[in-house]
Amino acid sequence: MAIQTSNRRSLTESRWIRATLVGLALLILFVFLLLPLFEVFGAALAKGVDAYIKALNSPDTRSSIRLTLVVAAIVVPLNVVVGVTAAWCVAKFDFPGKSVLVSLIDLPFSVSPVVSGLIYVLVFGRHGWLGPWFLDHGIHVIFAVPGIVLATFFVTFPFVARELIPLMEAQGTEEEEAAVVLGAGGWSIFRRVTLPNIKWGLLYGVLLCNARAMGEFGAVSVVSGHIRGLTTTMPLQVEIYYNEYNFVGAFAVASLLAFLALVTLIAKTVLERRYGDELRSER
Amino acid sequence: MNPNKSSVIPGFGLTLGVTLFALGLIVLVPLATLFFRTAGMGWDGFVTAAFSPRVLAAYRLSFGGALAAASFNVVAGLLVAWVLVRYEFPGRRLADAIVDLPFALPTAVAGIALTAIYGPHGAIGAMLGVLGIKVAFTPLGVIVAMMFIGLPFVVRTVQPVLQDLDGEHEEAAASLGANRLQVFTRIILPSIAPALLTGFALAFARGLGEYGSVIFIAGNMPGVSEIAPLLIVTKLEQYDYAGATAIAAVMLVAAFATLLVINTIQKLRRDRVVAG
Repeated sequence: MAIQTSNRRSLTESRWIRATLVGLALLILFVFLLLPLFEVFGAALAKGVDAYIKALNSPDTRSSIRLTLVVAAIVVPLNVVVGVTAAWCVAKFDFPGKSVLVSLIDLPFSVSPVVSGLIYVLVFGRHGWLGPWFLDHGIHVIFAVPGIVLATFFVTFPFVARELIPLMEAQGTEEEEAAVVLGAGGWSIFRRVTLPNIKWGLLYGVLLCNARAMGEFGAVSVVSGHIRGLTTTMPLQVEIYYNEYNFVGAFAVASLLAFLALVTLIAKTVLERRYGDELRSER
Repeated sequence: MNPNKSSVIPGFGLTLGVTLFALGLIVLVPLATLFFRTAGMGWDGFVTAAFSPRVLAAYRLSFGGALAAASFNVVAGLLVAWVLVRYEFPGRRLADAIVDLPFALPTAVAGIALTAIYGPHGAIGAMLGVLGIKVAFTPLGVIVAMMFIGLPFVVRTVQPVLQDLDGEHEEAAASLGANRLQVFTRIILPSIAPALLTGFALAFARGLGEYGSVIFIAGNMPGVSEIAPLLIVTKLEQYDYAGATAIAAVMLVAAFATLLVINTIQKLRRDRVVAG
């Protein structure tokens, strides 16, 4: 273990070098990561608590919060279903093309958010592939809520599966096989055997998926059309206020998102510390 | 397709079907549409749209900025990972948790916060302004935003490797008279080099495609501080679908190439571990 070796004098740096390195690292973390966080709350409260609360209470802010919650409430459960299904398929069975499938599931991670939005415009937009057909039937996808849901689904697609696949692979299939021998059906195996084993990993994936779903900006920006009160999620509302020089408004909405990020980080850290063994296989 | 014949667990067909259906509907078909659209443009149309002078300037900034930010992050990320793994100090666990902040903080939030800090009246912007350095609304601002979002990638890829490093080689080298710097450059650095490279590539890929945290601080002057993803959005707003699609195709190919490099490094690393 690294900690043991660091106690041996010949195998570590002098006290001064250590202190300098620690100081430098903390400086980097403070300047690059913490300062922006403080700035969000500071700027949100720059004109006082009343202005802050007023900004949060405006109709535009409230409708953006509502839309963000709606989108997350649709996308996160969909991702749980698809992510668990994909993880079951990949982790419990061997089949040709498995590694290709895993790479494809991970694909949205390497696509620029803007491109993630654009591809839906190309499919469902007015000049898109399926867009005219949908518009003829009165269904608006682009510049409407369905497009926002689709784009968010795309960018969050890997989160749940990627947490669960290594975890379920490490756990193997013996317990499920035993359940089969004892006469359990597929659904009850999943509910009684698999789910209890993966619940913390699943929660971990859901946390990260939810944070991204609520915070996604680029992809949603491309498909939203920025219609006030209708298709602006919280991150888009931040941009609208900011471009109108309504900085208290922008940072007030941003502070809610920053608070969500903090809660996510704390929950994630607690999960890692408490259930580290059950999550370890993914590190 | 017949799964592992010994498997008695039910649900292979169902789960594979649902996975492929969702993957196709949400990921593959929309991505394929992009390439069909690009192919439909014809070679000349594509080159005109994807490599006009303004677009080339945007690539230069996106690629150059991502490269510069990822290089900084290799050094800064290694330092942070090193300190977190090797030293005990008050607040270490807190520092460890904070590293993931850029993963959790929405990009638009990071964008406006960085702009405020590095703007002419911001905490750091004012200080640098005295020295005559302008960050916000210049290409330097683009790099700062990419540094912010890329840092955790390097820390989180290097940290576990550093943790698992066997102390024996270091001990052996030290007992043979190597000083600490020699041990670091000859023993430790080669062992963590693949992880560093992977972290670099991940941070680079993220910076390349990044939009939300960059556009506020960039100033977005065409030809100077306009990143490629922003140009895609601008073209879309002007109903220039072909222009947007062509740039997107170039960015996507670059992203996939980076992904290929990352996968190759990791495969080589695994092979070496197995062989060693």
